[in-house]
Amino acid sequence: MKEGAGDPQLYDYAPYRGRQKVIWPGGKTVAVWVAPNLEYYEIDPPAHPKRKAWARPHPDVVGYSHRDHSNRVSHWRMAEVMSKHGFPGSVSLSVALSQHHPEVVADGAARGWEFFSHGIYNTRYTYEMSEDQERAIIADSIHTVREATGQTIRGWLAPALTHTPRTLDLIAEMGLDYTCDLYHDDQVQEVKVRSGRLASIPYSLEVNDHYGFFVYNMSGREYAETLIRQFERLAVEGEESGTVMCIPLHAYLIGQPHRIGPFEEALRHIAADGRAWIARAGEIVDAWRAQQ
Amino acid sequence: MTLDPVYLEYPRRRHGYDHDLYSWSALHQRAPVQWPQGSVAVWICVSLEWFPIIPGGAFAAPGHMQTAYPDYRHYTARDYGNRVGAWRFLDALAKVGARASFATNAAVAERYPELVRAVLDGGHELIAHSTDMNGTIDSSLAASAERDLISEAMHRIEVASGVRPKGWLSIARSQSFNTLELLKEAGLTYCCDWVNDELPYRFGNGLVDLPLNHELSDRTIIAVQQQSADSWAQSLEDAFDWLTAEAATTGSGRMLPIHVTPYIMGLPYRIAAFERLLQRLGQRSECWFARGDEIVSSWEAQQ
Repeated sequence: MKEGAGDPQLYDYAPYRGRQKVIWPGGKTVAVWVAPNLEYYEIDPPAHPKRKAWARPHPDVVGYSHRDHSNRVSHWRMAEVMSKHGFPGSVSLSVALSQHHPEVVADGAARGWEFFSHGIYNTRYTYEMSEDQERAIIADSIHTVREATGQTIRGWLAPALTHTPRTLDLIAEMGLDYTCDLYHDDQVQEVKVRSGRLASIPYSLEVNDHYGFFVYNMSGREYAETLIRQFERLAVEGEESGTVMCIPLHAYLIGQPHRIGPFEEALRHIAADGRAWIARAGEIVDAWRAQQ
Repeated sequence: MTLDPVYLEYPRRRHGYDHDLYSWSALHQRAPVQWPQGSVAVWICVSLEWFPIIPGGAFAAPGHMQTAYPDYRHYTARDYGNRVGAWRFLDALAKVGARASFATNAAVAERYPELVRAVLDGGHELIAHSTDMNGTIDSSLAASAERDLISEAMHRIEVASGVRPKGWLSIARSQSFNTLELLKEAGLTYCCDWVNDELPYRFGNGLVDLPLNHELSDRTIIAVQQQSADSWAQSLEDAFDWLTAEAATTGSGRMLPIHVTPYIMGLPYRIAAFERLLQRLGQRSECWFARGDEIVSSWEAQQ
């Protein structure tokens, strides 16, 4: 990005109307990917000058234990529902989860899920890191996921969505080829980087379960209906040029017993519709890249 | 720009947790539990809260005074729960024969003996819920002050009600790093604060956690998320349906915690949704209405 400029110059403007037709495999109109955030939050992380890790003094019992629900209970519930309806995950991983709860990471790997990095912990922020420090967390991510799963990560969702002006340049330079941190489009887009190539794959804040439940205050049923409407619209518009729908999840939210049932119905709807190319993030980026 | 190098060190990056309070365990890998009846223990927990009109404590409890002194509005609207709402709950519970837990401030036991007597006469359980709504706990509290707060609450509840509770619910489920040790020291069997599980489990020091799911509470769904009482009841029924199916598939009992607040769910226009929910759950063969201490005892006997 261009540091210090009002326009960070991450990408060129490209109007939605009249774009080159992106074609998805099998004549599908919308690529649907599910992004479970498999995270580890520390109970007593070191202080960062720009951001507090917890709202309450440590230990923030509800904040910490709510997130721990993912690893003890709700990851397994969510993962079963996804597998049952044929949705692989593309995991935004706090890579230290590979040390703390390797069982959860192994479960995702055994289900054929793809892993990308969401930083070391979701309680360690990137703001104010030097270039060497930021390279160190990217290298740590590559190494840790390779050790845990045999996969070489291709993507990045910044830990707690914290960046430096160098982040996108560095991940591209270190061999990653997609970012989930930009929310400017419903199609895969080229990102301007110092060297190499980087694709922006649509992730989503708006239909992220966290936004659904704690920004828009939806019930489980309302959230499921939101996913269906998002899908229906993007499936229609994808006839012009293939669109992308991401369903970003946190097991401790979507895997609660009152929400998982309606969520399963949304997945059932999307899987049965016939217009969805249900895929992993890397496959979507590859299919798009091949048409550029 | 650069961060202190310590910020990129991870001394507790290891198998299991970054603390020693309890150990790692995934629910689906544990031995199945069976309840005395049904497959889903429905645990209703009612909070009985008295908010002093002068706020105090380590932090402001959810629901505490908000205007300049004197805040008649919030003082009386909260006290409504003790005068009216809680009695509606008692009737609703009696109607379906459900026994519940009442997480009770010591001040409520002292100030409203008729209410606490009716709770005990109804076969319900008292859980200790600190002294009053200024009795909040977090790490800003010295260990000695926290020890005094817990023992004072236990003593005052016991003197006023004749019962020494086995369970503890912290205000806003907020603890310090000392709390688990201090609760054990005060002779408690369980606490309800950690929401990381859906069955009881044991902390390293032997205390049991009976997780009181905050996401399903009337406070989260109605007061925070601004959903209607009907939407809350629908969510609880969706949860019950999911848990009964999961119990059938896994062959292991499950638990549905229903945390309600008299000044929230006990209002005239909301109480019917609560009553209907209890009736609908009570008609299901999978439902075991149980007090917290009954669930803990049943679980402990199977460990």
